[in-house]
Amino acid sequence: MRKVAIAGVGHTPFTFAAEKSSVELFNEAAMDAIIESGISAKDIQALYVGNVLGDFSEAQIMIQSYIADDLGATNIPATRYEGACASASLAIRDAFMWVASGFYDIVLVGGVETSAKMGTPLATRTFAMAHDSHYEYPAGLTFPGLFAMLAHLYTAKYDVPLEKLKEQMAMVTVQSHKYGVHNKYAQFQKEITVEDVLKSFMVCSPLQLYDCCPFSDGAAAMVLASEDVAKKLTKKPVYIAGVGQSSSGKLSAQKDYAPRIRAREVSVKQAYDMAGIGPDDVDLCELHDCFSIASIIAVESLGFAEFGKGGEMWETGQADRGGKVAINMSGGLKSKGHPIGATGASQAVDIVHQMRGEAEPGRQVEDVKIGLTDTLGGDGVLCNMVLKRGW
Amino acid sequence: MEYKLTFKEYNKSLKKGKLLGLKCNDCGNYTCPPKMACQECGSTNMDVEQLKGSGKVVTFTVSFVPAEGRDAEVPYTVVMVELDEGPWLLGNLTDIDPNKVTVDLIGKPVQLGSKMKALPGDVYMMGDKEAEGAFARPTFVFA
Ligand SMILES: [Zn+2]
Repeated sequence: MRKVAIAGVGHTPFTFAAEKSSVELFNEAAMDAIIESGISAKDIQALYVGNVLGDFSEAQIMIQSYIADDLGATNIPATRYEGACASASLAIRDAFMWVASGFYDIVLVGGVETSAKMGTPLATRTFAMAHDSHYEYPAGLTFPGLFAMLAHLYTAKYDVPLEKLKEQMAMVTVQSHKYGVHNKYAQFQKEITVEDVLKSFMVCSPLQLYDCCPFSDGAAAMVLASEDVAKKLTKKPVYIAGVGQSSSGKLSAQKDYAPRIRAREVSVKQAYDMAGIGPDDVDLCELHDCFSIASIIAVESLGFAEFGKGGEMWETGQADRGGKVAINMSGGLKSKGHPIGATGASQAVDIVHQMRGEAEPGRQVEDVKIGLTDTLGGDGVLCNMVLKRGW
Repeated sequence: MEYKLTFKEYNKSLKKGKLLGLKCNDCGNYTCPPKMACQECGSTNMDVEQLKGSGKVVTFTVSFVPAEGRDAEVPYTVVMVELDEGPWLLGNLTDIDPNKVTVDLIGKPVQLGSKMKALPGDVYMMGDKEAEGAFARPTFVFA
């Protein structure tokens, strides 16, 4: 397999209901990535697009084809990826494989979503389509409901009092907002306090409003190129050094591991092994904090903390800038926003900005050599990527 | 290979308060809700069996924000129940005021009630022939 690099990136602001269409959002990010790479749309050999709910939000399927044509990448093979909130990461992993295999030299990859356009009731309904529609949705399962149940399970399994866990969860949210303030692409550029979180209204017990990420619109895109091509395009190639992907059954079928999501452990091991690294080597991680409890669960399975002790990373500053591993310096899904089809690409783009030293000073981490993305779709599509600085 | 127990048959039976599962002839474990392959060992050598419908709450949530079409239901209590036969089953707990539910609910014994709630279907499920118009929801009460 050949080495594959990210040669250029693009990212739209993440917002409440966007005035632009998904094609427009994606191609604004895509054209920025193309321009940054010093290529033209005609050089792109294939397109990989994460998009989950365009059918519902814009009555548009087959968006990948219209994106390619709109961009001027006429007649190239274009494929849409649906893996709920991990869609863009699945797209990137496949795009990586096609370049690594030698089949293509230059491809365009990313994701787009306009879920905020749908409004909360329809967005909640359509997001819940990523549960088992026959066996689990009928009982009223929603995404906050799923993570709420994992939070309660966490208190019971690890014997952490609910009050303590809720405080740790609030600290996760506070840190996300502390860095989202500085991210020019973030949906919420506003600091909040632990008290604000604990005062917000109850969504699904024990999760309150500020434990939950928002519905968001936006896009992110990257140009991937083989090592030899990338070296001609940029002085600062970021290599995709390892990838992993895994899947899960419905929540009840995850009984042997919950609140751990076993698929994450399978996926991240693939990524670590392929890159020849372990969790201690990671400088910066963008992980899937769709809900505050999700971050605590994630750091444990990613190998940053012991099971039952994830929350301590936020209590002690180990998840902060200058800590053991800087987590979600973008503001994460919570503060930056979570346009689900774009999130995995956004995570990777942010790590590229961090490695190049291009993040805003208030959230820039010094000397980032190795970054990890962690994206979770539904109740268990997992994708992880290890990115390595190439200079 | 045909399914030993399809959603349609499981659902029809659940609506009448009868919980069906699959017992594996190779490992002896139960799979419920039904699957093509045994939840524990992957074997397809399983037979349909009625489960007792009793177990204990392993986790729960009280949901205050509805998905579209379910405004009338909130607040409602969702429980994950570990059945006596081993599988976990997601359902609702109906004989407690959702506003009075606390974390003490974990570990409490419950059993399937005699009246099963059904999801009448929303704009994306309405008139679904396969579901015969409604998806049953395992509806639990305290044992
Ligand atoms: Zn078996």
